[in-house]
Amino acid sequence: MAEHFPVLIVLLPLIAAPLCVALRHGGGTWLLATLATWGSFAISIALLAQVLEDGTIKYQLGNWVAPWGIEYVVDELNAYILLVVTAIASVIMPFAARSVPAEMGQRGVYLFYTMYLLCLSGLLGMTVTGDAFNVFVFLEISSLSSYALISLGRNRKALHAAYQYLVLGTIGATFFLIGVGLLYLMTGTLNMADLAARIDKVEDSRIIYTAFGFIVLGIGLKLAVFPLHAWLPNAYTYAPSVVSIFLAGTATKVSLYLLLRFIYSVFGHSFTFDKVVAGPLILVLAVAAIVICSLVAVWQRNIKRILAFSSVAQIGYMLLGVSLGTVMGLQATLLHIFNHAMMKAGLFLACGCILYRVGSMKLVDLQGVGRRMPWTMMAFTLCGLSLIGVPLTAGFISKWYLVTATLERGWWAAAVLIVLASLLALVYVGKVVQAAFFKEPETGVVNLAEVREAPLSLLIPTWILVFANLYFGIETDISADIAGQAAKQLIGASR
Amino acid sequence: MPIEIPPGLILIVAGLLLPFVPYLLRAALLLIAPLLTLWLIWQVPDGAVLRVDFLDLSWMFPKDAKVDPKAFDLILVQGDKLSRLFATVFAFMAFGGGLYSLTQKNVTELAAAFCYAGSAIGVVFAGDILTVFIFWELMALGSTLVIWCGGQAASGAAGIRYVCIHLLGGVLLMAGIMDYIIATQSLAFGVGAIHQILGLDRPGTWLILAGFLINAGAPPLSAWLPDAYPEASYTGMVFLSAFTTKTAVYVLIRGYPGFDILIWLGVFMIFYGIVYALLENDMRRILAYSIINQVGFMVTGVGIAGSSNPEFNALALNGAASHAFTHIIYKALLLMSAGSVLLMTGKRKCTDLGGLFQSMPLTMICGTIGALAISSFPFTSGFVSKSMISASAGEQHLAFVWFALMAASAGVFLHAGIKFPWFVFFQKDSGLRPPDPPWHMRMAMLLFAAACIGIGVWPEPLYALLPYEVKYVPYTAAHVVEMFQLLLFSGLAFFVLLKLMKRTLTLSLDLDWFYRVFGVWLSAAIVSAGRIVGRAIGAGITRGGGRLIRGLFRHHGPEGILARTWHTSSMAGWIAVLLGVYLLTFFL
Repeated sequence: MAEHFPVLIVLLPLIAAPLCVALRHGGGTWLLATLATWGSFAISIALLAQVLEDGTIKYQLGNWVAPWGIEYVVDELNAYILLVVTAIASVIMPFAARSVPAEMGQRGVYLFYTMYLLCLSGLLGMTVTGDAFNVFVFLEISSLSSYALISLGRNRKALHAAYQYLVLGTIGATFFLIGVGLLYLMTGTLNMADLAARIDKVEDSRIIYTAFGFIVLGIGLKLAVFPLHAWLPNAYTYAPSVVSIFLAGTATKVSLYLLLRFIYSVFGHSFTFDKVVAGPLILVLAVAAIVICSLVAVWQRNIKRILAFSSVAQIGYMLLGVSLGTVMGLQATLLHIFNHAMMKAGLFLACGCILYRVGSMKLVDLQGVGRRMPWTMMAFTLCGLSLIGVPLTAGFISKWYLVTATLERGWWAAAVLIVLASLLALVYVGKVVQAAFFKEPETGVVNLAEVREAPLSLLIPTWILVFANLYFGIETDISADIAGQAAKQLIGASR
Repeated sequence: MPIEIPPGLILIVAGLLLPFVPYLLRAALLLIAPLLTLWLIWQVPDGAVLRVDFLDLSWMFPKDAKVDPKAFDLILVQGDKLSRLFATVFAFMAFGGGLYSLTQKNVTELAAAFCYAGSAIGVVFAGDILTVFIFWELMALGSTLVIWCGGQAASGAAGIRYVCIHLLGGVLLMAGIMDYIIATQSLAFGVGAIHQILGLDRPGTWLILAGFLINAGAPPLSAWLPDAYPEASYTGMVFLSAFTTKTAVYVLIRGYPGFDILIWLGVFMIFYGIVYALLENDMRRILAYSIINQVGFMVTGVGIAGSSNPEFNALALNGAASHAFTHIIYKALLLMSAGSVLLMTGKRKCTDLGGLFQSMPLTMICGTIGALAISSFPFTSGFVSKSMISASAGEQHLAFVWFALMAASAGVFLHAGIKFPWFVFFQKDSGLRPPDPPWHMRMAMLLFAAACIGIGVWPEPLYALLPYEVKYVPYTAAHVVEMFQLLLFSGLAFFVLLKLMKRTLTLSLDLDWFYRVFGVWLSAAIVSAGRIVGRAIGAGITRGGGRLIRGLFRHHGPEGILARTWHTSSMAGWIAVLLGVYLLTFFL
């Protein structure tokens, strides 16, 4: 049993998805989806423990020996990502039970869970596989299902957002596939480990350089690197609450994982940073994302859009860590993947609570909502503090490691930029908090007097993430140490 | 079995729960949580118990510095006799305070007070200087909230002034801690005297000391204490009197034992407290000044522990620690009796009170016991602790200090020992006939009064708790006679000079006048000066800044190009541009 874990973690949601269609019953599909998600979560914990104990696990699919067969490889890095993805997915399941029927109507529930499970299995598959073409397959599974998920939003703009994402996502996937095809052309293999071994001899050819460009840009689009981010704000804003939470906490994280995997494990550290000199290129885009998108977030009038732009800015922080090209930088990036998943999911959960009760995400409609929904807004505030990077929250830990990593390279300007950009985060989080707690309600469309605190089934998942933010702000053993090990292993194994 | 949770956490969690539980459960929580904490305190063994890997600071040092990363662990719980001594009295205080406040309607105040008490216990168990700082700031927050809950006219403003001073202290402390970390490459706290580790020429020594001393109520910023504490509610001040100043004494014992500058600061505090208390009319401000006076004894005790004879040093530190222990109890008792009077009559000024012994006999008796204890009357707790400090001064032949302490003892009897009970419970008849306070307040007062006398009669259990072995014998004929002479003559002086002692409705100016009146005037002046200069220079800047903001808004605002929803083709265009740029760079 335990030796099949690498494939089971993907199969569990993949098999549950068609079962949902067969079942069709709202509550039943929820139960099925929950069991599959929690099962994957349990497996990811077991896998992480196994990897930390015995080192990298290799699994031959159908006993076809690599490089001919498809191979699943689990090392510290992807075990860590699997944990983040399944943990976020598990926390939102209780939330979904109430929020999904409310936003999509009873009849659409089974379709939602089908798509959701497909998306989850796609993300897990991308993370766990060691085969470049298999990555593309799972990328398409997760992308197609996420387009459908976004289009389920009740605002009509959701359709347009999903359509835009579909067009751009397809371009991204195509770019990725072209890149993989070029690699196959030069090396005759698709297995990542095998690719890495063979690329060495041909890496000075222009085709490999071109493949690098296509693959990085293709992933960059899915990752929403500035200026390829434009699909993200609308997708997050108009998607149903659960979808926003899920995508914000997982999808971009898996894309970032993919980027790291290709940069370090396939192309190699020296190719990426010495030959292509990708470091400064990534740095420029990262800084642009941090500054521009934080500024944009400051002036947004819809909470979900604020958070969406802030997500692009936070991706900038993660890329800043990557651009350093050091173990510490990579550790900071991985740590921020973990912490950002927690804080952003927590913030979007709070938004879900507000949407459930108030039905609007506009700042004007939410003036004074803090007095009506104190627990929800308190959770929002605490996760917001973590987003800013206030000490004793998880966000502080990632900022600390990031600043430390930049100082280690002697990039003073970058360190100053990180701190200044935190001030911008203070402004946009502060705007929401101020509107919720300190402003008088406007007499408008929404009647706040009838608004009550969100139900417990929505509040409990939210507060679980709030406590996670506080816990991992103090106890850094798990997050920082595993991130550090994964970073060391990834760079150590890289050429 | 080592306990894996910090004992203070129990009180903090209980405090956070308080506002959300029904009345009966709240009462149970108020009484059980401190007892549970007390039990946990005694389960903490010696040495570091709870280590947390927090931040690796080794990057701050050159690569070849060989820094031990373990040195940056947070040690949330580290036990020894001194920690347990302070934690014990803090937990006891939380219990007594909880009992006293059972019917306090303002639950927020109780919640804040419990978090405050829990943080104080956190400070005394902290094994590293960063943990000290964290709990230190939590204390500042908790105590500010207690003051804000005071419900008196001046509570709000007093709380603001209080928190400003304490945040200033926190900033100084943090700056000092940074220097300490850089100098020692470690977070360890209590491994030796800071002024010896860092030396006198490093700023860290002075910054940390300043941070500690602000909380101790030392000059020149003593005035925050009598300014803020009396504005708390009748229960709030009972809590406030115990923790802030005494944790400061604790960290001084740990961090600056035998630092001679403390002797003079301590002596100054002693006389400062006496003079202002004698001039004061408000009964709770009298007691607030007497906190500074008593903490002065402890600070002096810490200061004189720097002699070449370790036995005298141990005696002085034992004296400071045990005096903190007994002082918490009798000061709480005094404030409980003052609080009862405030609750039953609504009056605070000595000129409005008097003759209450007729209808509040129990409050009067308990208040008098507290007053005797603070005057270190033989067979009360003050006698067995304070005399250790003066004995150490005497053994070291620090004649000036010894005389100062003796004179001050008489002064204490004047301002707190006689003045407080005399003007409140006796003197003229004010015509007020309030009854004794509710049963639980009486119980709390009786408990603390019993503790004052119990410790005074049987000091051995307290002595067994002290950090160093106690060889000192308090009850020798010479000591007792000496003390009685002192007290009787100062008592005589009080009644001979009664005319002068009678207070009228006066205010006494203190340094806080500078920041309350002069400071306000100064800031107003600076603001208006700034306005004039600002208008001149600022016009240009605002125009430029406004242009900058407008420019940013034009592009980043909701309608700006960077925030608008882009057309699908322009998004696709971007990926083409990026690919083109990349390919061109490598093919040309």
